[in-house]
Amino acid sequence: MNAQMTIIKPKKTFSWNDLKEIWQYKELLYFFSWRDLKVRYKQTTIGVSWAIVQPLATMIVFSVFFGKLAGIPSDGIPYPIFVYTGLLFWQFFSAALSQTSNSLIGNAAIVTKVYFPRILLPISGVITQFVDFFIASLVLVGLMLYYGYIPHMTGILVMPLLLFITFLASVGGGLFLASINVKYRDVKYALPFFIQILLFVTPVIYPASLAGKYSWILAINPMTGVIKGARGALLGNEPINWLLLLISFVAVITLFIVGLYFFKKTERYFADII
Amino acid sequence: MNTVIEVKNLGKSYNIIHNRSLGYITLRDSITAIFRNPLNFIWQKTKKIRGVNTKEKFWALKDINFEIEKGEVVGIIGPNGAGKSTLLKILTGITPPTTGEVKIKGKIASLLEVGTGFHPELTGKENIFLNGAILGMRRKEISEKLDQIVKFADIEKFIDTPVKYYSSGMYVRLAFSVAAHMEPDILLVDEVLAVGDAEFQQKCLGKMEDVTRAEGRTILFVSHNMGAIRSLCKKVILIEKGSVRMVGNAHEVIDYYLSGRHGTQAVSEFAVDPKRQAQIQVISIVNKDKKPTTTIPLSESFSIEIDFVVKEKLYDTLLALFFYSNGDLILFSTEADAAVPFPNYEPGTYHAKVTIPANLFNTGRYFFKVEILKPAIELVDGKQDLQFEIIDTQGLNKTTTLQGYNVGKIGTMLDFSVKKI
Repeated sequence: MNAQMTIIKPKKTFSWNDLKEIWQYKELLYFFSWRDLKVRYKQTTIGVSWAIVQPLATMIVFSVFFGKLAGIPSDGIPYPIFVYTGLLFWQFFSAALSQTSNSLIGNAAIVTKVYFPRILLPISGVITQFVDFFIASLVLVGLMLYYGYIPHMTGILVMPLLLFITFLASVGGGLFLASINVKYRDVKYALPFFIQILLFVTPVIYPASLAGKYSWILAINPMTGVIKGARGALLGNEPINWLLLLISFVAVITLFIVGLYFFKKTERYFADII
Repeated sequence: MNTVIEVKNLGKSYNIIHNRSLGYITLRDSITAIFRNPLNFIWQKTKKIRGVNTKEKFWALKDINFEIEKGEVVGIIGPNGAGKSTLLKILTGITPPTTGEVKIKGKIASLLEVGTGFHPELTGKENIFLNGAILGMRRKEISEKLDQIVKFADIEKFIDTPVKYYSSGMYVRLAFSVAAHMEPDILLVDEVLAVGDAEFQQKCLGKMEDVTRAEGRTILFVSHNMGAIRSLCKKVILIEKGSVRMVGNAHEVIDYYLSGRHGTQAVSEFAVDPKRQAQIQVISIVNKDKKPTTTIPLSESFSIEIDFVVKEKLYDTLLALFFYSNGDLILFSTEADAAVPFPNYEPGTYHAKVTIPANLFNTGRYFFKVEILKPAIELVDGKQDLQFEIIDTQGLNKTTTLQGYNVGKIGTMLDFSVKKI
C-alpha cells in the first residue's frame, strides 16, 4: 500500500485540493443520496408514488382555482400543462432548498464524529431531487400526449441546460442556507415562508408576460428564466429567450460562488458549534 | 523506525460565548441586537477590523508535541475535560487546529463512536454499507467483507430486518462489527469498547490485538479503563489541562497519573453565604493513605470528609450523601441510617468523615452530592457535582474489570462456594 500523507493545519478557506477530495469521497456522496431516497420512500406509505402525487395534486388544485375560477391567463396553453411545467422545476428547486438547508443539522451526529468533506451533505440533498424530478416528469409526458404537444428537437436538447441551472441555483442557495442554519437555528422557521413568497414572484402559476413592462424585474430571479425557457422549449408558446437564459445562468453562477464561499468560510466551525 | 504521526505545537482554542442561554444563537437575537444598539455593533465590528480581540479564549489544547511510530499502540489518558477527545477530533480532521500542524502518513480511520450514521429505517445490510462508507471503506471492500461482518456480529437471521427492530445488543454488535473490519493504517479509538456485553467486548479486544500484531497497525486509544490500557498499550500519553504532561512507558505513566498528584478537585472549598443557618465549607475525597485524590483504586477503601459550620441550632437535621452513576441514584446514605432519631446540631464547627469500603463501587466515574437537610422539610445546604473515579490498578485480577467497566456498578465480590458433590 502506498502511504498517503495528510497534513492537518489551521484551515484555509479554499484550496484546489477540496475538489480532489470530493472526487475521493464520491462513493460516500452516492451513499448519502441513496440513504435519503431509501428512507424517504420507506417512510411514506405510498412510497415512490409520492413523487407523482405531490405535483399532480398541486397541479389539479392550481388548475381549478387559478386556471378555472380566477381565470389567470396562460399564454394560450391549456392551464394544467402550463402550470405543471412550471411546478416541475419549481418543486425541484424548493424541495432541494429545504432539504439542503437542513442537511448539516439533520446529520449533526455524523458531522461531529467522522471527517468527510461537509459539502457532500448539501449536494446529496439536491441530487436526490433529480429522482423525484424524473418520476414527476412522466406526468408531464402524459399531459403532453393528452393535449397533443410535440416538442421540437432544440426544446429537448435545452432541458439538460435548464436542469443544470436549477441544480446550481439549488446548490448555491442551499449551501448558503445550510451554513447559516448551523449558526442561527431560527432560520429553518423562516425558510418555508421565504419559499412561499418566492413561489409568487416566480412565474409558476401565471405567465411572465403578465407583469408587462416590469417583467425584467422577474428576470433577476434565475428560476424565471428556467421556467419560461421550459415552456418555450416544450410547449412552443414563445421562442426560447436565450438572453434571459444567459442572465439566469450568470445569476446562478454568482449565487453558487457566493454560496460556496460562505459555506467554505464557515465549514471549519461546523463540528464545534453544531 | 518511521514516524506515522507527528504532532507539532498543536493548539486549539474556542471562543467563550457568554449569554447563550438557549444553547443556540438565533438570527432574530443577532438582528435585534444590531437595531437596539447600532453604535455598539459598529464599534465591535471596527474592533474586529482593527485586529483587537475582545473575545475570551479558552485553550482546549496548547503546545502539544509528540510522535508516534508505525505499529505502536498508544494509550491516551487524562481526567475528563483534559482535551483528549479534542485531540482525536483534530487528528481525524473533524475540527481544525488553531495553531500548529499534524503530519500523518497513511490511511487514518476513527472510531469515536460505533454505529455513526446508522439509520433505524434501513435494514442491517443497508446500514453496513452506509456505515462502512461513512467510516471510509470502499463499496467493493464492504461487499467483500459483508459475510465476515455479519458473521462476526452474529446476526445472520436479521440481516434484512430494519435495525429499529433490533435489540440494543444486536445493534451494538452490528455497529462494532463494521468498525472492526476497517483496515486503515492508523486507527483512532475513543472509549468505544465500553459498549456491548462482556463476551463481545473480549472478542473485539482480541480482534484489535490480532490486527495490530499481524499487520503492524498503529492504534491510538483513548480510555478511562486503565486495565484495558495496561493490557493493550506499551506507550501512554498523559494529557492534563490541554497539555501533554507525560509520555512514556505504560506502567510509569499510569502509576504517575494514579498517584493522585493531579487531583486538584479532590478538595473543594465553597464560598461563604451568611444567610444560611448552616454551611458546608470543605469537601475532600481522601484515600487510605490520607492523601486527597479523585482516583481511587477498586481494592482500597477511601473516605469523604466534610467540614461544615452551624450558625443557629438545627433540630432533626441530617448529613446525607447521594451517589450517582450516569444520572441514576445508586446509593443514598445518611448519618441516621444506623441510629434514629435524627440528631440536633448546636452552633459550632464540625468535621465529618464518611468511609467507603473497598470494592463497593465498581470501576468507573461516580458523582455525588452532600446535603445538610431536615428530611421532608428543608434543605439547609447542599453541594453537588462532586466526583471521583474508581480505577482498576491490578488489571487482570478481577474478571469484572478485565472486560471494561460496563459490567455493573457494584464492585463487591460475593462469596462463591462451589463444591463437587
